[in-house]
Amino acid sequence: MSGCSDKSFHLIRVGTMHHRPLIDGNVSGCLGVLPSHSEPVNSETNRTTSSCSSFSGTAYFLSALCVYISSFLLPFSTKTSSRINRDRLRLSNWESFAIKLLKGQTLTRYVKNKLELRWVLVQFGAFIVLCGATHLINLWTFTMHSRTVAMVMTTAKVFTAAVSCITALMLVHIIPDLLSVKTRELFLKNKAAELDREMGLIRTQEETGRHVRMLTHEIRSTLDRHTILKTTLVELGRTLALEECALWMPTRTGLELQLSYTLRQQNPVGYTVPIHHPMINQVFSSSHAIKISPNCPVARIRPAGKYMPGEVVAVRVPLLHLSNFQINDWPELSTKRYALMVLMLPSDSARQWHVHELELVEVVADQVAVALSHAAILEESMRARDLLMEQNVALDLARREAETAIRARNDFLAVMNHEMRTPMHAIIALSSLLQETELTPEQRLMVETILKSSNLLATLINDVLDLSRLEDGSLQLDLGTFNLYALFREVLNLIKPIASVKKLHVSLNLAPDLPEYAVGDEKRLMQTILNVVGNAVKFSKDGSILITAFVAKAELLRDPRTPEFFPVPGDNHFYLRVQVKDSGIGVSPQDIPKLFTKFAQIQSTAIRNSGGSGLGLAICKRFVNLMEGHIWIESEGLGKGCTAIFMVKLGIPERLNDSRLALMPKVPPNHGPAAFPGLKVLVMDENGVSRMVTKGLLVHLGCDVTMVSSSEECLRVVSHEHKVVFMDVCVPGMDGYEIAIRIQEKFTKRHERPIIVALTGNTDKVTKEKFMRVGMDGVILKPVSLDKMRSVLSDLLEHRVLFEAI
Amino acid sequence: MDVVNQLQRQFLDYSASLHREGFLDDQFTQLQKLQDENSPDFVVEVASLFFEDCEKLINNMARALEQQGVDFKQVDASVHQLKGSSSSIGAMRVKNVCIAFRSFCEAQNREGCLRCLQQVTHEYSLLKNKLQTLFRLEQQILAAGGSVPAIE
Repeated sequence: MSGCSDKSFHLIRVGTMHHRPLIDGNVSGCLGVLPSHSEPVNSETNRTTSSCSSFSGTAYFLSALCVYISSFLLPFSTKTSSRINRDRLRLSNWESFAIKLLKGQTLTRYVKNKLELRWVLVQFGAFIVLCGATHLINLWTFTMHSRTVAMVMTTAKVFTAAVSCITALMLVHIIPDLLSVKTRELFLKNKAAELDREMGLIRTQEETGRHVRMLTHEIRSTLDRHTILKTTLVELGRTLALEECALWMPTRTGLELQLSYTLRQQNPVGYTVPIHHPMINQVFSSSHAIKISPNCPVARIRPAGKYMPGEVVAVRVPLLHLSNFQINDWPELSTKRYALMVLMLPSDSARQWHVHELELVEVVADQVAVALSHAAILEESMRARDLLMEQNVALDLARREAETAIRARNDFLAVMNHEMRTPMHAIIALSSLLQETELTPEQRLMVETILKSSNLLATLINDVLDLSRLEDGSLQLDLGTFNLYALFREVLNLIKPIASVKKLHVSLNLAPDLPEYAVGDEKRLMQTILNVVGNAVKFSKDGSILITAFVAKAELLRDPRTPEFFPVPGDNHFYLRVQVKDSGIGVSPQDIPKLFTKFAQIQSTAIRNSGGSGLGLAICKRFVNLMEGHIWIESEGLGKGCTAIFMVKLGIPERLNDSRLALMPKVPPNHGPAAFPGLKVLVMDENGVSRMVTKGLLVHLGCDVTMVSSSEECLRVVSHEHKVVFMDVCVPGMDGYEIAIRIQEKFTKRHERPIIVALTGNTDKVTKEKFMRVGMDGVILKPVSLDKMRSVLSDLLEHRVLFEAI
Repeated sequence: MDVVNQLQRQFLDYSASLHREGFLDDQFTQLQKLQDENSPDFVVEVASLFFEDCEKLINNMARALEQQGVDFKQVDASVHQLKGSSSSIGAMRVKNVCIAFRSFCEAQNREGCLRCLQQVTHEYSLLKNKLQTLFRLEQQILAAGGSVPAIE
């Protein structure tokens, strides 16, 4: 604009200059003859000059004004452009969008605009300079001036005009761009503001996320239900700046919601609300947090405020019921038990529930549900474990009680055993003694009856006691080596008198391959045989009884009638088979199975009259079973007699291998003073008196005694001839143990070594253990009696070891 | 025969009284059982050995206790020996005193030891007298042609 006015002004000016005749211009250009030139100029141009000058004066003023204004404006425009540039650089991601928006301008256009702007700037500068120069030169034209000055003036004006023309043309070109720059700027400012808003939102969300994480962490860091819920409420209250936060749990009946936890109120009142409220149902049916009215009964837990209550939101918290807890069911819960969490914003504030806050609440509710289920599982498992422990304790107690009961029963049996047998024994003994004396026939009869009855009773007691022990399986066989032949002979001797009274003939047939000695329970085997033979005698009125005993052969072991019996022959045992055949009443086939049952009697008067309790065979069967055998009865029928057969497993005794023992036959004890003729023994004792006493003892028993009184002497004298060394070790300070060790070292071969026995006055456990550890074969407590010494020696020589003889 | 019977009865009574009064116990009876044709004087031999031993030990103990610095270990060893001997022969009273004596030794109680020593000496002399009487009776029986009755 300024350029325009200036330009027009200069056009005018140039026109004005044409009016002035430049007479002396050519002549005195260089010389500057001013006065000649100035005068005509002044006179002629005064009129035109004054009119023109007034016009040009205003034009000058206007143009100057415009120039200054433009000079002020230019920096601003440059500033704007540069600011736009700066903005463009910062919002690089908006750059393309902004550019596209500017009515399809291309990048090259943009660059060109930039250049053009600079160029305009330059032009304006040039214009200002030239204009200023023109006006300055004009100062010289007030007075007479030379042609040169006029020429310069004109040139300057021409240049100014040219520049202003170009500038104007350029400006025409650029102005729309400048205008649009302004709109771009506005647009970008809006975008920046929007972005700031977005940033704020993101930050808020991140903050919320952090709160959620912290909350979750707090919730998950404990397995205690109360802590979880309390923490949830506290943290939620803090995060969302709530006024009140409450948790309502369903009651056991499921019909009401009970206020369980609150944030601000210290004591939840136990206030209940019926569960079937439309608002509550609405909340329960959706998995989102739902805004509810502050008038809802669940939201009315705080005192009625004077002000506007804040907004209330409720969310459901699913409670998982453990019995229905299945992983597959997790999203759709199989039970619809929910708790309700109610959150209230502070009253009297203009706060609203934002979406992100609602989301936070939902997330928290889910986390709480999970944490609660974990806690519930833990509680359940703890409870189960406590229950198991209680059960264990109860079981343990029951077991101990049972053990006590068994012990008591056994004690009772043992006592009763003894208590019952003693009077029986007395009765039987005295009645048999009575029988020996002088009696009238009636008295004799009476005594006989008493004797018979008491015998019966004694047998019954024995049977019952044995049976009860057999029943509970506590009976164990007393295994020992015994003479089979002797056993049978004894049975025969016992049964012969009774049989001869009944005029029965008893014969015993022992197979030649039957071993002389066997290993088994002698007493019970005898009891069994006696019982069976006794039965045979009892149930036969006349005829004969045949007892056969032989070793059962392998092929005959498997009896087709007893398929469940699988005897296995082996190297160190054999099966003894005993058959007792009688010619008595016999048994009918259908009664045979009943024979071995307890207390079962064959319903036949003849048999019943013979007496018996029916326990005998049952006990026999049990004994036979204990001996890993089998017993059965064969009979062809009533009146045709019967055969009782049983097989038992007996062991074969080992051969005695010890050469020493072969030299020394087993001497039964109490066989007279010279029990151990020629047995060389060594006695070591410091005390003269006790040494002499021990020697006396052993000499009396027939031993050849060597006496030593010190350990060195003992070691010197001991030789393989000495069979036994008696060592007195009760003197404190003397190390009998060492001597024992040294003796052992002296004899490397075990069978050459003498038996070492310690004689001591104290028998505490420590000493005994010490002896055993050192390798002593026995310990005898002083003082030793003759009998003790005798039995000790016999034991020692037989078994080679005797641990203790008190 | 009457004399023998009388002597035998006397012997038995005396023996019984010794047992009753606690001078002798079962061990002595055992010793008597050991006496047979092979060792007819077994009991007498053992008894004399015992007396010798006893005197020696008592002297040792007296000497040890007279010292300024009493060596209780030595005294204890002697008492132990005495206890062993007396229990071997069946001298019950002596043995009991020995037991008390030992506890005093362990407690290093000189006064108690001296008292016990006195007691032991007293008991020992009593026993010696009694046994000598008993042996004299035995000799008399044997001289009269009888046999020494066994004590049950």
